[in-house]
Amino acid sequence: MIVLENVDKNYGKHQALSGLNLTIPLGKIIGLVGENGSGKSTLLKIIAGLTTPSSGSVQIDELKATRRIASKIAYMPDADMFYPFFSVERLFRFYETQFEDFNYSKACIVAQYLNVPLDAKLKNLSKGNRGRAKMAATLGREASYYLLDEPFSGFDPLVREDIIKGMIQFTDPETQTVLMSTHEIKEAEPLLDAIILLNHGKILAFEEVETIRDQYGVDAVTWMTKLIKEGDLSGNKTNR
Amino acid sequence: MSIDFLPDKPIYQQLIDRITGEIIRGNVKPGEKLPSVREYAVEVGVNANTMQRVYKELEMMGISETKRGQGTFVTDNEARLQQLRDEVKEGLVQSFLTSIEALGFSKKEMIEYIQTRERGEEG
Repeated sequence: MIVLENVDKNYGKHQALSGLNLTIPLGKIIGLVGENGSGKSTLLKIIAGLTTPSSGSVQIDELKATRRIASKIAYMPDADMFYPFFSVERLFRFYETQFEDFNYSKACIVAQYLNVPLDAKLKNLSKGNRGRAKMAATLGREASYYLLDEPFSGFDPLVREDIIKGMIQFTDPETQTVLMSTHEIKEAEPLLDAIILLNHGKILAFEEVETIRDQYGVDAVTWMTKLIKEGDLSGNKTNR
Repeated sequence: MSIDFLPDKPIYQQLIDRITGEIIRGNVKPGEKLPSVREYAVEVGVNANTMQRVYKELEMMGISETKRGQGTFVTDNEARLQQLRDEVKEGLVQSFLTSIEALGFSKKEMIEYIQTRERGEEG
């Protein structure tokens, strides 16, 4: 379980996150949505222990989130962070030296499932295949939590579909949780158990996808747009 | 292949309709084995928890049964499958009646039209 209590994060005078309280259970795929600058990436980095909150506490399975929490959390950044001269296989060998929970053969199985050639150099792969390789490297870890920053961003629909299928195939819905930020809400919705909506550094809503459809009779995009508009109308414009 | 879902209905409900539709159409036969939860989830691109719920509901509806260690199968209870056909038929007719009522057509008018139309197609 991931528990955040009264988390603030300031960058100078800019308040990226304010007064966040959040509990994320195991066994869920959760989407983190909101406009650009709403605090999604900051929140993921704080949970991954890559940046510290200005105040408040973040605990993962009752441990404080620090850089060492990386052993429980597989964080996949938005940016391409690999050595271009590595082959896919070499990348996996490198991951093996960095993460105790990395399972080399699982990574290779995921890569094969996504049709990524293991012996190709990263710099020679298409953007889509680099995205697939990155996903395989991340899913190669046997972590309790996968934090994915914009896993679909910049990819064509075929790559997105592969990434979605990889996630369903290679995560355990009972013992692992995926928390991913995304703007591709329409495509991600069938994959998600629940959605956290961030707006101006605050949590505007945390709702199960089926509840949104059942109770409001709309899909997630319509629901989210409505909430953001209502929030802005009521003067909830903290950080703009 | 991922599928498109309607926006105003829970996803698990749409998946139940899809599977029962396949059974009614005869694409999936009584007693036939269904894919595992994971396989089906990957095939249509939905969360495995959602698919788990679909299978649980189908079992509660008596449409499928899980055999230990073997997987999930469509029931071979013909009476239950006939009842399913009737339920779906009733649902279709009900929604048709609601639509025509909303527009002020009478049932009689529609039945007569359907009959004329049928004769026209045959002739």
